Amino acid sequence: MRIPILKFGRLRLTALQSDLTDEIVDSLQSDILQAMSMGEADGIVIDISALDVVDSYMVRLLSETARMVRLLGGEVVICGMQAAVALTLVEMGRTLTGVKTALNLEEGVRIATAALDARGDRV
Amino acid sequence: MRHSAAIAIDIKEQADIVRARQAGRELVRSEGLGPADQTRFATVISELTRNALIYAGAGTCEVYLERKGASTDYVVVVSDVGPGIPDINLALSPGYSSGNGLGAGLPGVKRLMDHLSIESRPGATRIVASMSRRRL
Repeated sequence: MRIPILKFGRLRLTALQSDLTDEIVDSLQSDILQAMSMGEADGIVIDISALDVVDSYMVRLLSETARMVRLLGGEVVICGMQAAVALTLVEMGRTLTGVKTALNLEEGVRIATAALDARGDRV
Repeated sequence: MRHSAAIAIDIKEQADIVRARQAGRELVRSEGLGPADQTRFATVISELTRNALIYAGAGTCEVYLERKGASTDYVVVVSDVGPGIPDINLALSPGYSSGNGLGAGLPGVKRLMDHLSIESRPGATRIVASMSRRRL
């Protein structure tokens, strides 16, 4: 099983489901990096609204993916975190460091697009 | 008083982590607790069962409901027969993780739950985490 990455202009969109094993999430990380390194995309928006558990492994993976994409020169926005997930992360003393976040997918796309516009990228 | 386990799942592969946390969430939900407690409990099960799978290769996850007066204790017990945790205090210190960045979950578990106890020696690790909630 692989998680689809959708083409959306200069952006790529993907959504994580709740019942994912670590292995599937690992393969998404490499798929995202692959998509970004092809030079056809400038940013990715990752929707996590269906994730009802974000544990330390998932936090590490999301933070790492964001750092890697930024090293490639891309923008990353993570959107749609459930309130109970945000509460749990903060209680655990964890956070998604250095990652742009948005309330929902629409806002996530807007933020990613604005970030690309601000740096003058046009494809 | 401890009853028989409400949930008992062998942890042998990654899909078992998913099964265990889903079962835990469902149990807490069926007791009437809200999304925050459901998420805390499912997250703790996810952390503990992953540690068992990564460090010991396998383990077991049991969940008990213990009625105590007007409250219920929601107890997760994760056991394995792996090499054990060499330094429990170190494993519980915030920011600690073993070399590969995994196993960083224990300090978070401690903060999410009301109680955490760890017994560990080579061949026998048993972690008990619980939260106490007023019965609804």
